[in-house]
Amino acid sequence: MYTETQIVNNSDDELVVNVGPQHPATHGVLHLVITLQGETIKKVEPHLGYIHRSIEKMCESLTYRQFIYATSRMDYLSAHINNHACALTVEKGLQIEVPQRAQYIRVIMDELTRIASHELWWGAMAMDLGAFTPFFYAFREREMITEIMEETCGARLTMNYMVPGGVMTDLHPDFQKKVKAFIQLFRSKIDEYDELVTGNIIFQNRMKGVGYLSKEDAISYGCTGAVARASGVSCDIRKLYPYDVYDKVAFDEILETEGDSFARYMIRMREMKESIKMIEQLIDNIPEGDYQAKTKAVLKLPKGDFYTRVETARGELGVYIVSEGATTPYRIKFRSPGFSNLSALDQMARGGKLGDLMATMGTLDLVIPDIDR
Amino acid sequence: MTNEVIKELVSGPLPSATFDESGEWLTIQIDAAQWKQLATLLYNAPYHFDYLFCLTCVDWKTHFTTVYHLTSTCHRQAIVVKAKVDRNDPQIETVSDIWKTADFHEREVFDLFGVRFINHSDLRRLILTEDFEGYPLRKDFEDPVNMIKL
Amino acid sequence: MYSLHAITNSVQNWLNARLSSTWVLIIESLIVIVLAIALFAALGLILVWLERKVAAHMQIRLGPNRLGPAGIFQTSADTLKLILKEGLTPDGADKFLFNFAPFVVMIVAMLLLAPIAFANGFQIWNINIGVLYISAISSLSVIGILIAGWASNNKYSLLGAMRSGAQIVSYELSAGLSILTIVVLTGSLQMTDIVQAQQNGWWIFKGHIPVIIAFIIFIIAATAETNRAPFDLAEAESELTAGFHTEYSGMKFALFFLAEYINIFIVCAIGATLFLGGWMPFHMGNWTQFNHVMDFIPSSIWFFGKTFFLIFLIMWFRWTFPRLRVDQLLNLEWKYLLPVSLFNLLLVTLIAIMNWHF
Repeated sequence: MYTETQIVNNSDDELVVNVGPQHPATHGVLHLVITLQGETIKKVEPHLGYIHRSIEKMCESLTYRQFIYATSRMDYLSAHINNHACALTVEKGLQIEVPQRAQYIRVIMDELTRIASHELWWGAMAMDLGAFTPFFYAFREREMITEIMEETCGARLTMNYMVPGGVMTDLHPDFQKKVKAFIQLFRSKIDEYDELVTGNIIFQNRMKGVGYLSKEDAISYGCTGAVARASGVSCDIRKLYPYDVYDKVAFDEILETEGDSFARYMIRMREMKESIKMIEQLIDNIPEGDYQAKTKAVLKLPKGDFYTRVETARGELGVYIVSEGATTPYRIKFRSPGFSNLSALDQMARGGKLGDLMATMGTLDLVIPDIDR
Repeated sequence: MTNEVIKELVSGPLPSATFDESGEWLTIQIDAAQWKQLATLLYNAPYHFDYLFCLTCVDWKTHFTTVYHLTSTCHRQAIVVKAKVDRNDPQIETVSDIWKTADFHEREVFDLFGVRFINHSDLRRLILTEDFEGYPLRKDFEDPVNMIKL
Repeated sequence: MYSLHAITNSVQNWLNARLSSTWVLIIESLIVIVLAIALFAALGLILVWLERKVAAHMQIRLGPNRLGPAGIFQTSADTLKLILKEGLTPDGADKFLFNFAPFVVMIVAMLLLAPIAFANGFQIWNINIGVLYISAISSLSVIGILIAGWASNNKYSLLGAMRSGAQIVSYELSAGLSILTIVVLTGSLQMTDIVQAQQNGWWIFKGHIPVIIAFIIFIIAATAETNRAPFDLAEAESELTAGFHTEYSGMKFALFFLAEYINIFIVCAIGATLFLGGWMPFHMGNWTQFNHVMDFIPSSIWFFGKTFFLIFLIMWFRWTFPRLRVDQLLNLEWKYLLPVSLFNLLLVTLIAIMNWHF
């Protein structure tokens, strides 16, 4: 924190501005202390913890069935994928064989979540750049996904649908029909998004060459997801270390090499199309059978440590469980994608203008509860 | 690149390091004092573990272990390093100069466990407030107001 | 034919017959003041409602729809709320300047109303240097914004005010130059002369491509001068929270808000007068029959119709485009718009001298 004397003692032409914790561009309670020289950014220093709930400590007193629900509250935009990661870790520890049907359902749900999350990001990012209308367009399509989720899982945001051994309930009978209807509509809507925002000359000028992150820095800062892939780092966990049925679907890992905000933007836009491709391959082929493996009522992981990596909408989520053989984990660590991506913000924003910071932050797709945990 | 090669490489300069292959990845167990040497060794060619994807700490009540998950973007090989840290005077050398991501992760560990990272350029509390007392992820942390015993 | 001209004349004659010329002037001034304030209030309420409706329909929403038919009274209720709110003055602020700034902005907006011809013969002040007067007064509004930003003692406000200063000062050049093209074609600075010159066709149709270019530049510069998106850098919600009026609340904030909409109205009115013929009906060469039908539409409707069309255009921009960055904003002006408008002015001068326009 800066004291008053520090601010006064700054050299004359430097200005220390607090962006957040209440600020329209931080989408939550992120607090950035930025040092400005005129409009040029000299330094960005994030202060975290405004929504810290110590989920890791909470999980230490929750059983292996209970702790999954806490993780929906971390990255609330990809709650499904967080749950998935936790379920996978427990399954890895107990060596549970998950039924094929459950695996298919999980992957479809993951990809729907990814589309929903990217949609919200797209709208929010356009809003960061001063265009308000895309936000409503994005929410129109996102609403369809949340409705599909609501029908099957009973919740719209924190679904808590994945359990160790499979999924909680079977699919709603209308699920396949509705997903297909959504996909058909969404294909045309993506073109509309491109027309409205991607092709806009002002938008392109705001994004191109802004917030550059080199490949070396992306690796060194531990960036994942679209942030790293925009710098040319191949890091899609779905491709590199496939889990569930990701090895059975054909999809491309989207890579760009420019490393600027526009590359990060394009990666996410193209990822939405890839997700659609994946869902299309799976939706008609969901095998019949159990949706959940038979598991014991009380789960006890063997002594040892278990680590799972999954690809959330924001990047790589790591779940690290240290078990002492009890019914509760001894220690849990969530390696959240936003945390590492945020640490690279200073590097990206330095030397840019104040407006560039918002463009860069928008393409990082930060979800603050995910960073603070 | 196999685990055997890494074992050979590590046990040369660090004969006291022990290995554990029971988990998913090769685990190297070392003492806190040896960490910096090992980190430099692993980062440099030819093994080039350039990607630190997880850095955390576990409180074992008698000691801490700081856990580093490393992978190499060219070889796609992952390893785990566990460094034993004295609980009464927890300190370990920083690696934020090798992997920049360690900067934030070490601050987080310092914040929640109280492990001091020697030579870290900016070791302040990251998540909790500056005047917060205690380290919440330690097993002996008590907060009668906010914690409910189950 | 019903016209406002007749009403103003009869009022003038009625007063002249009964009172000395000084009293006539005083009473007429009072009438004008009341009318101007009424127009301000009405415009503020209508434009804010219109903006919300336009925005809502572009964003697949309904917009205000609870208070009165189509939510027409929503803005009145909002104004009432703003009047009742406490106008906070921050501790570190320069109290006098902080409270003074909204009035500067407001007064400038009011002064600009004077030379605008709302209908045939319905004008507050038919000054012979109308266009010059408008460009001179409109540059004063930046002073109000700078005062507001400086006096707030807030870094966001200061940044917003500085951006606004740079922006308005730059864009005034292109706005001025594009206005000059019409002055060159008409040969007069007076608003009535400019309107009269468009008797047989509006300048945008008569003046070939150079006038169309001037019109486009004028619209861009006008959007920038009124601090509207995509040039709303002074407010830049996602960057500077609310820019120069971050610290303002209650009625003082409402004055800034109102001034913004009045300014939009005024620049659009000027644009309509200069390029689209003001209150002049749409005439086509020698189609006497057609021209006659057009004349039946009252001149005030022509004027307000054109003005609101331009206002809609500017609202359309706001809800479509993302915001520019501050350096791109200045680049656009100094590297593209200014050279183009200078060259364009030269072309128009040539056209005027050679009498090439229709």
